[in-house]
Amino acid sequence: MSQPTSSHSSLTEAFSGWPPPVLDPHGPFSNTVTSLAWVLIALVTLIFVLVCAAMWVALYGSDGLRAKLGGVGVVKWFGLIVPAGVLFLLLAWGTTLVAGMTTIKGDELRMRVSGNIYWWRVSYLDAAGNETHADANELHIPVGRPVVVDMVSEDVIHSFWVPKLGGKMDMIPGRTNRLKLQADKAGVYGGQCAEFCGGAHSLMGFVVVAHEPADWQRWHDARLAPPQRLQAAPAGAPVSDEVLRGSQLFREVGCAACHRVAGTSAQGLSGPDLTHVGSRQSLGAGILPNTRGTMMGWIGDSQSIKPNNRMPAYRSLEAAELNALAAYMESLK
Amino acid sequence: MTRGVPSGVAGAVADAATAPSETGFDAQLYERFPTKGRRPRGELEALKKVWETPTGWRALSAVNNNFIGFLFIVTAFGFFVAAGILSLVMRVQLAAPLAGIVPQETYNQLFTMHGSVMMFLFAVPAVEAIAVLLLPQMIGARDLPFPRLSAYSYWAYLIGGVVFFCSIFFSLAPSGGWFMYPPLSSGVYAKGINADFWLLGIGFIEISAIAGAIELIVGVLRTRAPGMTLAKMPVYAWAVLIFGVMIILAFPAMIMVTFLLELERAFNWPLFDATRGGDPLLYQHLFWFFGHPDVYIIFIPASAMVSAMIVTVAQKPLVGHEIVVLALIATGFISFGVWAHHMFTVGLPGLSAGYFSAASMAVAIPAGAQVFAWIATLASGKVQRNVPSLFLVGGILIFVMGGLTGVMVGMVAFDGQAHDTYFVVAHFHYVLIGSMVFPLFAGFYYWTPMINGQQLSERIGRWVFWLNFVGVHVCFLPMHLSGLMGMPRRVDTYLPGRAMEVPNLISTVGAFIMAAGVLLFLIDAIRCYGRQGNVGGNARNAYKGGTLEWLATGNYGVRSIPVVNDLEPLWADARLRQDVEAGRYFLPGSTTGARETLITSSSRAEPQYVQIMPGPSWWPLLAALFTAGFFLLLTVKALVLSGICGVLTVICVMRWVWSNDRHIPQKQVDAGAGILLPTYVTGPQSHGWWAAVLLVIVLGMIFLMALFSYLYLFGAHPDWWRVAAPRGALVPGLLLLGASAGLACAARPLMALLKRGSGLSAGSMTLSMVCLVAALAVDVLDWWNAGLRGDASGQGATIFAMWAWHGTIVVAVVLSAFYYLARWMRGLAPAPANKTLEALRILFIYAAMEGAAGLLLPRVLPWGGL
Repeated sequence: MSQPTSSHSSLTEAFSGWPPPVLDPHGPFSNTVTSLAWVLIALVTLIFVLVCAAMWVALYGSDGLRAKLGGVGVVKWFGLIVPAGVLFLLLAWGTTLVAGMTTIKGDELRMRVSGNIYWWRVSYLDAAGNETHADANELHIPVGRPVVVDMVSEDVIHSFWVPKLGGKMDMIPGRTNRLKLQADKAGVYGGQCAEFCGGAHSLMGFVVVAHEPADWQRWHDARLAPPQRLQAAPAGAPVSDEVLRGSQLFREVGCAACHRVAGTSAQGLSGPDLTHVGSRQSLGAGILPNTRGTMMGWIGDSQSIKPNNRMPAYRSLEAAELNALAAYMESLK
Repeated sequence: MTRGVPSGVAGAVADAATAPSETGFDAQLYERFPTKGRRPRGELEALKKVWETPTGWRALSAVNNNFIGFLFIVTAFGFFVAAGILSLVMRVQLAAPLAGIVPQETYNQLFTMHGSVMMFLFAVPAVEAIAVLLLPQMIGARDLPFPRLSAYSYWAYLIGGVVFFCSIFFSLAPSGGWFMYPPLSSGVYAKGINADFWLLGIGFIEISAIAGAIELIVGVLRTRAPGMTLAKMPVYAWAVLIFGVMIILAFPAMIMVTFLLELERAFNWPLFDATRGGDPLLYQHLFWFFGHPDVYIIFIPASAMVSAMIVTVAQKPLVGHEIVVLALIATGFISFGVWAHHMFTVGLPGLSAGYFSAASMAVAIPAGAQVFAWIATLASGKVQRNVPSLFLVGGILIFVMGGLTGVMVGMVAFDGQAHDTYFVVAHFHYVLIGSMVFPLFAGFYYWTPMINGQQLSERIGRWVFWLNFVGVHVCFLPMHLSGLMGMPRRVDTYLPGRAMEVPNLISTVGAFIMAAGVLLFLIDAIRCYGRQGNVGGNARNAYKGGTLEWLATGNYGVRSIPVVNDLEPLWADARLRQDVEAGRYFLPGSTTGARETLITSSSRAEPQYVQIMPGPSWWPLLAALFTAGFFLLLTVKALVLSGICGVLTVICVMRWVWSNDRHIPQKQVDAGAGILLPTYVTGPQSHGWWAAVLLVIVLGMIFLMALFSYLYLFGAHPDWWRVAAPRGALVPGLLLLGASAGLACAARPLMALLKRGSGLSAGSMTLSMVCLVAALAVDVLDWWNAGLRGDASGQGATIFAMWAWHGTIVVAVVLSAFYYLARWMRGLAPAPANKTLEALRILFIYAAMEGAAGLLLPRVLPWGGL
């Protein structure tokens, strides 16, 4: 599988602002917007330089030049007629661009992402729109195939944005919006909430992982297979004591009230699904690399890392307990 | 243009010969001006005495536009500085990743307050304040037509604004962003009273803006100097007119949306709650239907200030004057069709996104025309090198940059990337700073000699300009980049290692450079204005301006009101200043011993009558205090005390308008050169009638927004329309409302025709009120018995909200009916016509029509039950 091994460096790279993601496209939709952006940047720079030149002439030009500039004709031509023409052409082109980007054919891969106060619920859908499996804060997509993502919200308005792959789409309670995504290259792409959604809005990120199509199919098939879990397969592969202790703690501390681990009794739905948390790139919705240490820190005191997120801090847990819980999380691939 | 004609008089007479008179006024009478001979001894002293501003602590009861206008500007600028300080704290927090300068919640309050204060407490009030100060001077009026209303709107704004701002010091400030989208701002996600404070602060500015707009529209249309036809009216007066009209059409959406949000928060009516048939997008549509025109409400008067100053610094008339006026009108018009460009990412259908994109592009065209008119004007003259011209040129360049990035984000596809990022933050700061803040600074330098006869320091001014100009670019230019780098707006921090550090640090440095510029300006302004407390002004024409505000003025405005026939009357007629000061034109003194100004016709500015103006009064201030008490106590849920304040507000307002409708002994007075004009006029000729009509338009627009909300939710979530419309109230309700309107209508002819008309008018107005109340009761009972509840569904919420609004109108009608009864009992409602009745019957007839619309719509749509 094409899971990048060193999640830390790829995560940093995924979210890096340089080169600017809007100008560094990795998919056909963002590609189009980037071309448009460059045309616009060139055009507005040119116009600005012309205005500056006109202003310079008005203030410092020779009398002859100033006399030419100081008439109603200039206002009519440069203030009305030329701008109207330029804007008309721009608009005509822009409208055709949008049309190509939003058309949905019906054979795309389907997913649903629902915004929650500071994290994202991710569902993989079949052609009929039924959920096949769930995840959180991470989308896995095949390279070269368009994905249509249904955008919904479970609380306030959020906005889903992966700058390297294309424009953003708001998630509005009571509505379903659709965004078309496509990556042209395997890799990890950073995304984040763009609409202010309260307290920790600034720390509400996610990643999109694009796999080669064959890899993605293998990954997807594996996800569809019934999960092999501690309780379901007691005689299975050897499990370390630490993981076992972690799974007990998971039940005792009450994690299951909010979190779901498929194949176990943990079926809470108000927090992120942890069935595959061990294989995730990031923690805390795109803000930390997923390592044993960060996981311990997150469970022990997520409030100091991401203030006002909905998960309470478990400051009473001891280091060994945190370690065991983190080990259990790590085992949930 | 009649350049070369020695005086405005000859031009005005010639001009009048080309068009029929609007009012029957004989333009030949203008030829009596300037009058010959000396004015009577003591006339000027008497005029001064009449217009004297109270001194000491009594100064707070002053209502003159130059006093109130000046305080208004100082207060607005104070909020600019205060909101600027908030932004400095924000910039320090963002200077480095994960900086812990302020906690997350505080940061969220900071940016919410920065935006809200800048938009609602600085930008709109500042342009309004300048209009209050400048407009009467520029069009030759002694004061605005409703001085006490200006005083009230100022005090309400000051008190409400200060209380709202102070919420930040107690962590009670709202934290949902300046547009406060629900559900984030709803009772579920914004517990506590922080969001209510926002609604309170906004409520005040709504009142203040509407009051100001009505006053300014009537001011422009009815108090221009004789001869100043629409074609001869300064661009700035046009802009104030358009500003007023836009406020009247746009603010109602804001009033309704804040009203609905407060209803949802207070009574749990699910207007924006998608789980019960409300819709968060309804809020966004209403908010931006106000919000986008609001930008132009700020821009249009500020750009006309630029036009006014450009003419002076170039010492040439504005090139393309007509094009500029048309551009302003076009901007105002188009700006109502672009609101959804703030919503390109909410999932609009492609066609409507295309339409809004096109309209957004179109609005760039009139802006471009103005920019080239300014450049052409500068080119046509020899530009004076001074601080105003620096700020003008700098402002134009900054504005052009903001306008161009505006074209970029107007493209739907690009906006998908730029929306809600720092790119947009950069865009609108460039637009607003270039189009409003820089012209404002230019205006401070340019008009200071008009206000206090002195100049701000040219030397320090250059520093102020360069610090601000450099600061703007250092602060906001990198934000375009940080936006393209993926930085969303409204983030209290960002993570390290994402390359965001450098642009953010540069922006922070830029913010402090600007702050240094503003600080330097403040020091100079305090030095200049502190030296001499007098704000009366003597209009030293330091920059050689050509418009009427450069005539020497006192509290009474100009000594005599000239006949005007030129866009730059002072340039056209070198003797004008002298003649005006010598009292050789209209109203050289006070003919009635009261404050007066000349009311002229709306289009051709022909003299119609002499308005007797109210003088200093404590009632507007007290009314504002109690209004503040009413809203504040309501916010903290002290209902009884709040109710008491409400009643006191009503009493104060009634007391203040009580003496406005005055009959004076002289039916006609000599307005100058033996021209006799009436002192008391009713009906469409009277400026009070105009104000009443404008107020009713505002009320109608607000109700229209309520009807829109009903239709929107019905269209979006018809499955929540679960209560079949009851028909029982239909016939009795409509009959009652018909009777109500009919009685109000009949009150005037009854009064004019019959002997005991005065009493009959009072009786029929009272009956009209009773019918209106009964109709509302019938309507409410009908639905209540059918099982409709406000908190159950979108259907219930919108219908209840309509009643809540209509209910406040009904309360106003009830109070007005008692007010009129009281006047009749005191013999102050004389036949055959009085202004109070004229104004009130307009309100009563409107209320009946509103009731009918509210009765019909929910019963007609959906038709045939469910």
